Amino acid sequence: WPYCRKRCSYCNFNTYVVPAVDEAAVRACLVQEARTLLSLSQVHSVSSVFFGGGTPSLASPGTVAAVLEAVAAAAHLPAGAEVTLEANPSSTSTSRLAAFRAAGVNRLSIGVQSLDDAELRMLGREHTAAEARKAVEAARGLFPGRTSIDLLFGLPGQNQGAWAQRLETALGLCDDHISLYQLTLERGTALAAQVRGGTLPAPPQDLLADMYHTARSVLVAAGFRHYEVSNFARKGALSMHNLSYWRADQYIGVGPGAHGRFVPRGEGGRSREARVQTLEPVTWMQEVQSQGHGTRSWVVLSPLEQLEELLTLGLRTDEGITHKRWGHFFPQLSLQAVFGAPGEARALQQQGWLVLDSSGLRCTWAGLAVLDSLLPDLLWQLQR
Amino acid sequence: LPSPCAAAAAPLCRPAWLPAAGERRYSSRGKEKLDMSTYPVESIRNFSIIAHVDHGKSTLADRLLEITGTISKTDRNKQVLDKLQVERERGITVKAQSASLFYSHEGINYLLNLIDTPGHVDFSYEVSRSLSACQGVVLVVDANEGIQAQTVANFYLAFEAQLSIIPVINKIDLKNADPERVEKQIEKLFDIPTDECIRISAKQGTNVEKVLQKVIEKIPPPQCTIADPLKALVFDSTFDHYRGVIANIALFGGEIAKGQKIVSAHTKKRYEVNEVGILTPDEQPTHKLYAGQVGYLIAGMKEVAEAQIGDTLFLYKQPVEPLPGFKSVKPMVFAGMYPIDQTEYNNLKSALERLTLNDSSVTVHRDSSLALGAGWRLGFLGLLHMEVFNQRLEQEYNMSVILTAPTVPYKAVLSSAKLIKEYGKDQITIINPAQFPDKLSVSEYLEPTVLGTIVTPHEYIGKIITLCQDRRAVQKDMLYIDENRVMLKYLFPLNEIVVDFYDALKSLSSGYASFDYEDAGYQSADLIKMDILLNGNPVEELATIIHNDKAHAAGKLLCERLKETIPRQLFEIAIQAAIGKKIIARETLKAYRKNVVAKCYGGDITRRMKLLKRQAEGKRMMRKIGNVEVPRDAFIRVLKREPDK
Repeated sequence: WPYCRKRCSYCNFNTYVVPAVDEAAVRACLVQEARTLLSLSQVHSVSSVFFGGGTPSLASPGTVAAVLEAVAAAAHLPAGAEVTLEANPSSTSTSRLAAFRAAGVNRLSIGVQSLDDAELRMLGREHTAAEARKAVEAARGLFPGRTSIDLLFGLPGQNQGAWAQRLETALGLCDDHISLYQLTLERGTALAAQVRGGTLPAPPQDLLADMYHTARSVLVAAGFRHYEVSNFARKGALSMHNLSYWRADQYIGVGPGAHGRFVPRGEGGRSREARVQTLEPVTWMQEVQSQGHGTRSWVVLSPLEQLEELLTLGLRTDEGITHKRWGHFFPQLSLQAVFGAPGEARALQQQGWLVLDSSGLRCTWAGLAVLDSLLPDLLWQLQR
Repeated sequence: LPSPCAAAAAPLCRPAWLPAAGERRYSSRGKEKLDMSTYPVESIRNFSIIAHVDHGKSTLADRLLEITGTISKTDRNKQVLDKLQVERERGITVKAQSASLFYSHEGINYLLNLIDTPGHVDFSYEVSRSLSACQGVVLVVDANEGIQAQTVANFYLAFEAQLSIIPVINKIDLKNADPERVEKQIEKLFDIPTDECIRISAKQGTNVEKVLQKVIEKIPPPQCTIADPLKALVFDSTFDHYRGVIANIALFGGEIAKGQKIVSAHTKKRYEVNEVGILTPDEQPTHKLYAGQVGYLIAGMKEVAEAQIGDTLFLYKQPVEPLPGFKSVKPMVFAGMYPIDQTEYNNLKSALERLTLNDSSVTVHRDSSLALGAGWRLGFLGLLHMEVFNQRLEQEYNMSVILTAPTVPYKAVLSSAKLIKEYGKDQITIINPAQFPDKLSVSEYLEPTVLGTIVTPHEYIGKIITLCQDRRAVQKDMLYIDENRVMLKYLFPLNEIVVDFYDALKSLSSGYASFDYEDAGYQSADLIKMDILLNGNPVEELATIIHNDKAHAAGKLLCERLKETIPRQLFEIAIQAAIGKKIIARETLKAYRKNVVAKCYGGDITRRMKLLKRQAEGKRMMRKIGNVEVPRDAFIRVLKREPDK
């Protein structure tokens, strides 16, 4: 759902603020595209569905239901399949959430972002801290154990003390899943322009590192498992859907600008492809209406490219890349043979950033925080 | 690398390696061989245009070529003689080019040979060698800027060569043009009466014809005759991949034609002439060339070294007294050049060989270092020359290299008997800091000096004097060339001006001060070698020989700049400057504590993969010092102040 009521000051996603959305048309297109791609992928069973965007909670529950029905009709959608909806605190009244639950949603991810009104204003959010709190409470009532909140840190002007306080508040509010994102000043956003122009201070590197380390320690102490760079869960409440991205499973992406990674067996394809849907919603809809699909590009991923993605994504998780998963992509040469031999990876293991053992290849606690400095070395070794 | 000279727009950028055949605009005379015998010595004029950078030398050349029908008149004729991509990009002329112009004046057909000269302080050597084929010069001065440092230097080169000088005041169409003031400057400095100056606008073509007429009237024809035996001066040479060496020659006697056997006075080697012709400015074959004429010769020479600049060619078995050769090239700046990857050594070697074929002013010595492997130590005329050479390597040969810190040729007077025996002499020239002999075995170090000329509006004098003193310079002269312009002369240690003096001068004078220099011998100096260490490992590229008084400040500055240039890594990096074992400056680059992208889901990871892969490939281009990875261009960046900082 690519539409938002207002663009947030830090966001550079493919989102659109329009006066009116022809929801019936969008719905029909989402349904059509889901059918097309599912048939193309020939998957038998869909293990998870994620409604993202944009602001999917602005869509009507009927649209969500229609898409889920289409999925269930084209492939098996088990009763226990994880169905997540991204929701904004400003469009999450209890009755609306209940309607989404009735439509088939069983997990909610709420864009809280901050629990401080001044910070929320700087981020250009439509809601207040109190509204966010209410939304989370309503969600927890309807989706107990399956409500996640998003929080941002490293905001211009935010100090360590303020962040620790936010974190404490968030812990008192949250359910069993938290996503913590360091604010990225994306080019072209209002916030980045303010920082570059000097109206807002740029957060210092070392402070950001301290905030991240604090958050990790606090959440782990509160019983959360730090299962991905920015994601924490307790009581096993991991996001199965997101985990499938990091495990480089197959997925289809439906909607303007959505990405997919799958083997198009329906066309006789044998290799995993990277597919992207047309970015602009109006054009995307026209394409779906006229030709039955809105796929703009499809590129066959070479075995090396698949391994590069597996490495880049897999190392973000605490389980890392298991031998089994690696073998699934590249049975010819073991993880041990590629990264156990003398070279960059071994040096990084000796320096304490990486571990390669009987379960697989993964980052150490310290290594995870600097993964992007490890990857070029690892990719370079992999290429050789 | 930023250019120390004023950057100019590059409207036309034909890469130098593209054949020009499809767009030759120079000739309507077709491919018929020309008969040059219709141009006797009396109707020949050989001349150069000399000017300070940007005073309009190349534009005037374009107009002269147009007026004489050498090239057709289009608005695309911009710096026709500047053939290299770097020349057009930087608005400078690096390599001298020549063109023969045909012009009819008062019923006589004249052959005017225009020998273009390089337009930057680094290339004054090339200017002098072009001038030796001329009898006169057109001295171009900007009507707005007036006399600049290089105008002075060029004037004296021409004056000492006893050439006729035609002063031309260009850009009179500009709003702020003040030709009267410039005429007075010329009178005061060069003792040329004001009424001899020609006021022109090369851009608009105003009075350009008059320049041609003056060339004919004031410049004498060459003093020589066809009756004498062949005597040809090689004043430049280029290398053509298909035809071998193309030597630019000026005939001081006799004639030359295809099939003749000729001998080089310098190498004593014998050649058979394959082709002669004139340059218009591309090669145009002729039946013969005659005494007094200027053109080119192809004679099966395989290397430019065989067509030594300043060499004399004569007919086999008819030897002549060789013309006085030019002073040999004297590199002012040396730097080590190494392939980034030793597997690239042979490719780089062949690129260097080819490029030096066309630029004989670069000296090349093989060199090797523990850290950088096998490479070369190259000598350049100046830092701009070094940059241009490096840029040409990249543009024309797609080679990326490691360049070490530039150094000037220091000397050491040895006191150690052992070293004297080893070198076979008691005084050595040090062109590589790695070879800097210890103080204990040296009685005296010497450094090269230059006499610098600065011309500036008087309001900047204070700042400039401070700058010069800061660079250990000694004032030799100060002269008001008019009410508000001053010419200063300073004796500089060469190393003080090599890297960024020109930039500093330009920036503190808002671009108004100009600078030129000439060699001024050696002086005693208190020198030491300073090393830069990264986590205790020396960075060979940055080892420098430096004046003792300046070591602390220079070391501190280098460490600070390195800290800004080297990307953070997984560990802390100590950046130190050291003299021997003594650390004189230190900066610490902290380790990365967090470097991981926050959001990474099923969205666009393609772009992210591209970035990571580029970084992975970049690893290959990194220079590793111990375990510290440094981008290849980091060292040159720290040596040179970024202009936008």
